[in-house]
Amino acid sequence: MRRSLLLAFASLAVLATACGSEPDTPQYGPNPQLPDPQRGLLPSMVIAKPGEWGDLRPTVPQGYTITPIATDLKIPRQTIVLPNGDILVAEGKGGGAPKLTPKDVIAGFIKAKGTSPVKGGNRLTLLRDADGDGTYEGRTVFAEDLNAPYGLALVGNALYVANQDALVRFDYQVGQTRASGPPVKVTDLPSELNHHWTKALTASPDGRFLYVGIGSNSNITERGMTAEADRAVVWQIDAQTGAHRPFATGLRNPTALAIQPGTGQLWAAVNERDEIGPNLVPDYITSVREGGFYGWPYAYWGANADTRVRPEDPAKVAASIRPDYALGSHVAALGLSFSTATMGAQFADGVFVGEHGSLNRSVPVGYKVIFVPFRGGRPAGPPVDFVTGFRGEDGKTRGRPVGVTVDPRGALIVCDDLSNTVWRVTPVRAPAPATPATAG
Amino acid sequence: MASTAYRYPERPLHPFHAILLAGAVPLFLGVLLCDLAYSSTYEIQWKNFSSWLLVGGLVFSGFALLWALIDLVRADRRAGRPLFYFLLLLAAWILGFVNALVHAKDAWASMPAALVLAVIVAVLVIAATSLGFSTRYEGERK
Repeated sequence: MRRSLLLAFASLAVLATACGSEPDTPQYGPNPQLPDPQRGLLPSMVIAKPGEWGDLRPTVPQGYTITPIATDLKIPRQTIVLPNGDILVAEGKGGGAPKLTPKDVIAGFIKAKGTSPVKGGNRLTLLRDADGDGTYEGRTVFAEDLNAPYGLALVGNALYVANQDALVRFDYQVGQTRASGPPVKVTDLPSELNHHWTKALTASPDGRFLYVGIGSNSNITERGMTAEADRAVVWQIDAQTGAHRPFATGLRNPTALAIQPGTGQLWAAVNERDEIGPNLVPDYITSVREGGFYGWPYAYWGANADTRVRPEDPAKVAASIRPDYALGSHVAALGLSFSTATMGAQFADGVFVGEHGSLNRSVPVGYKVIFVPFRGGRPAGPPVDFVTGFRGEDGKTRGRPVGVTVDPRGALIVCDDLSNTVWRVTPVRAPAPATPATAG
Repeated sequence: MASTAYRYPERPLHPFHAILLAGAVPLFLGVLLCDLAYSSTYEIQWKNFSSWLLVGGLVFSGFALLWALIDLVRADRRAGRPLFYFLLLLAAWILGFVNALVHAKDAWASMPAALVLAVIVAVLVIAATSLGFSTRYEGERK
């Protein structure tokens, strides 16, 4: 009786949520359509059913080819291409915030089904293609015993790694395959709870500052306001002293940071809040203004107040900056990299964005790498699919893209933390002398 | 020789049934008080307490409900107080379960529905408990 009741109510609740339609209205660009918030008794959730790649490969545009250059990694997240072409892969799985509510217990169990069961490597793996044939035959562990490393940046001979609890620095000489010693801590990073644990990282063009993205400690303050001190911010850290200050705030989960070539402008990919409908709130990429407040938790996409937040703060709502370019709700953008002419004329000017894929949506979105074309240094036009097929037509999910990195030699490196693979996408022919980008 | 079975004219709640039923009362009252505290302070810990108390209340009242159903099925007369007690407890449990889903909405999204439901469920559970304790099942002891 009790069991059937439970089932009956579960299905009722599912019906209640299913009533909300999920029109696939294009939700990209500077002015996305924002429906009214909605939430049934149960949040809509579709968890990826993992499947094996076998002989299948992700789909890339005609004229491009994709190959796995490293498999059986331990949760690869972000990569960096070193000056000699070597690739460093950060592997790890952080988080582990305590389960505070019955919901946390149940949701944790459900979400774990859509991720790799492999234990995070807590290491950096170096991949080397010594003869330049596209096969990365060399593979060494560059550093281990890190704490969920994610963001990577190289400034001169200093290799910076953003662990989930600290920014650390290795000495690096070109050609090195293994760190010469343990890292030096630059500064601690906010790590209490670490609901959103990834610490994105990039360096200013002059190498003086490092920017670290620090995600919020909740979806929408359900762990309390005090848990959000120093969260949902981008820190600017002095590379020499480790002194830090908030560079921009209200960015719910800035999962990837990149400096725009030419302008030196900081850009971020940001994951927005869940549980107010399939088409709210769009994840986005934006140029990050110094001192800017981007809304979280009080508001989204400019001055749209989120009524779930108490106490309210109308002044903060009013002060919220609208981001530059919406990617669509729940796509889970985790990678961001500016392109170069070597990627081919169509993909020369713009950014690649890795989309991990949705959980909180009955019609899944994301699960691909897209290209957002730029003109005059600003996003211009609809996104173009670059790598797809991570979610097969059979409903199986074979991969989930995370970090993307443009190799200046003409390749896109894509981390896939479900199949624990690093993919490399290259133009089949050497790209014709590309039309120079209209602006840098 | 008379073939009529001996009848227990009055059979009160089994002690364990009573524990389950009465145990649910302070749990659901706790839900109500914690929701009140959250709504007046915005302090999220009250909501966490409330969510767990609600789970406790559903477990206690769920088993009490099961017991009430078995008692009802075994009773000769499936009407009157035993039936009313069961239905009242059933209503309380269903609304309590709905309230658990409402409590799972993040932060203030659960309000004010959570508080309204907490009041209704507390009243229903107290009423069901009073009725349950004054219910006497008539029927054969097998």
